[in-house]
Amino acid sequence: MIISVASGKGGTGKTTVAVNLALSLANTRLIDCDVEEPNCHIFVKPDIESRRKVSIPIPQVNDDKCDGCGRCQEVCAYNAIAVVNKKVIVFPELCHGCGSCSYFCPLKAIDEKNKEIGIIEAGRKGGTDFVHGRLNIGMMMSPPVIREVKKYIDKKKTVIIDAPPGTSCPVITAIKDTDFIILVTEPTPFGLNDLSLAIGVVKKLGIPSGVIINRSDLGNKKVENYCAEENIPVLMKIPFDRRIAEIYSGGDVIVEVLPEYKNKFRDLYKKIEAIINNKK
Amino acid sequence: MKIAISSGGDTLRSEVDQRFARCPYYIIYDTDSGDFEAVNNESSTAGGGAGIQAAQKISDKGIDAVISGNIGPNAFRVLSAASIKIYSGASGIIKDVIDKFKKGEYKETGSPDVNSHFGMGRGN
Amino acid sequence: MKQIVIISGKGGTGKTVITGSLAAMAKDKVIADCDVDAADLHLLLDPEIKKSHIFKSGFTAFTHKDKCIDCGICKKVCRFDAVKDDFTIDPVSCEGCAFCSYACPENAIEMKENISGKWFVSETRFGPMVHARLGIAEENSGKLVSLVRQKAKEIAEDRNYKWVIIDGSPGIGCPVIASITGVDCVVMVTEPTLSGLHDAKRLLDVTNHFNIEARIIINKYDLNPDVTGKIEKWSKDKNIEILGKIEFNRSVVESVVNGKTVIEYTNNKVTEQLGNIWKTLERELEEEK
Repeated sequence: MIISVASGKGGTGKTTVAVNLALSLANTRLIDCDVEEPNCHIFVKPDIESRRKVSIPIPQVNDDKCDGCGRCQEVCAYNAIAVVNKKVIVFPELCHGCGSCSYFCPLKAIDEKNKEIGIIEAGRKGGTDFVHGRLNIGMMMSPPVIREVKKYIDKKKTVIIDAPPGTSCPVITAIKDTDFIILVTEPTPFGLNDLSLAIGVVKKLGIPSGVIINRSDLGNKKVENYCAEENIPVLMKIPFDRRIAEIYSGGDVIVEVLPEYKNKFRDLYKKIEAIINNKK
Repeated sequence: MKIAISSGGDTLRSEVDQRFARCPYYIIYDTDSGDFEAVNNESSTAGGGAGIQAAQKISDKGIDAVISGNIGPNAFRVLSAASIKIYSGASGIIKDVIDKFKKGEYKETGSPDVNSHFGMGRGN
Repeated sequence: MKQIVIISGKGGTGKTVITGSLAAMAKDKVIADCDVDAADLHLLLDPEIKKSHIFKSGFTAFTHKDKCIDCGICKKVCRFDAVKDDFTIDPVSCEGCAFCSYACPENAIEMKENISGKWFVSETRFGPMVHARLGIAEENSGKLVSLVRQKAKEIAEDRNYKWVIIDGSPGIGCPVIASITGVDCVVMVTEPTLSGLHDAKRLLDVTNHFNIEARIIINKYDLNPDVTGKIEKWSKDKNIEILGKIEFNRSVVESVVNGKTVIEYTNNKVTEQLGNIWKTLERELEEEK
């Protein structure tokens, strides 16, 4: 089963839920897809066993063959190519690696070479596999890195995906084709507003989902009422607890410091399992 | 000689727009005949690579020199490769800028003035 | 006119609460909400929308099945897995590169411009505000961010205002780059957690990359004095000015629940700390020039 953990708003406790759920279950693989700000490793502290680069293919023009016709510039949708004085200039940071320019070059003067845009690291902590991706600074496009990280999904394991926050393309890339989406929110107007946006995404993808209300006593009842109206199950409520805030701020894991929470996360998993089995 | 000036409006009374790539218009002026035309800058709303696209279009029009407030590195690279002369740091009314240019008061710019993404927000 | 952007690598650090508070304290300013993915500032400032505009951005391929001959070339050339088995397009995966459209021998694939959001010019009790809403599952918020900033700047210039106060986007990718380039001052909001520190470090790399000076606010500093100490030491090492520290206080959540900035809602330690931050920032930015 593949469970993704998402939230419209950042800072609601998405990473906390993903990490603690992964470390409460057996035979899990935690995949951090928040490649702009990967944080799971701070808590899991895995032993990294492998590291590899993520690249996209960018065009390389062979000046001997090129006659400066400008077809490559015409077909590039991203303004990544200019052709002036019969000479091609490539701007790699704007290239999406679609391959159109090299395909349409009438003289086959364009090869592709790889440009690094991020890295993936994989390792392990106890019985939990760990994988995360990291976008290089100054790079704009996280989806190619997220797609590469998601190749580490192992269907024989329980896979927990920590998704980026928000509702735009990186989130979609991370959560699509997963079996269940946990949406973590807080009971404030911000939390409600962002939850309703996230629910919009989830509905668009047609994936079953449930909500966790974090710091459930700091705010009002509107998130719960909203979930009831929209028929979305509230899977878990975590009250504000200074101990949890301290554990989190020091980079520690709740279920390791407060083992009684392990059962709560196992119950969470059972609830999700039941929902999915019901749908089948 | 044909020059292109980034402009906030479509007349010679308009002000120079500080952003080369994301200005709304270019005033194209012919220093020999005194003719001019205002052209829409379609690149002003490009998602990314506006400087590259704008420089490409300027080059396709057979322009000899560009006058603007600030020109970013991507546009700079394309304009230089097209052997177009670059004069940045200009401001004020287009007409006055043309007069100053004719008197030779502007110096050619040797390197880009601003980092990428400049025109995305600022232009003071 | 000066532009101040408030950002935080990580969500939930209090960026929007702080932006709202600065907006409540500063005189003669335009407010811009550039957190277009999950815009929240309007919940505090209650803008009355004066003008609403459609925002178009990028393209998505669309297969006209009546022209399609099922040759499969589009599926072969697409590197984003966006062409389905029946040769229609999965819009979520499509990156708008138009490769399929150029490659199609029957001209059966049209590139349609996306309507990906709306942006608004509004009035609030604190002055004009420019904000936006990105459509669900839409991309390219960098361009929308640029648009919001441009409009806010124009209004500030028209009215001869002193400040543009920008609620920036989270992360380190395209939208945040669009939020910070060309501003006069970046204020990073962080919290005393290891993830907060980690993200602040990544964010500083971005501001350095674009050569913009950054200042820092440590929010909820008393939740972990050790980590606050680490952030202070790191800031000193990196020569980043700490504008101020703000304590953890339930009144902040209460003010949000009541739809007010904390400045209007109460008068306590937090509002005093926020007041000092604005005084410092205002003085320093006025002295620059």
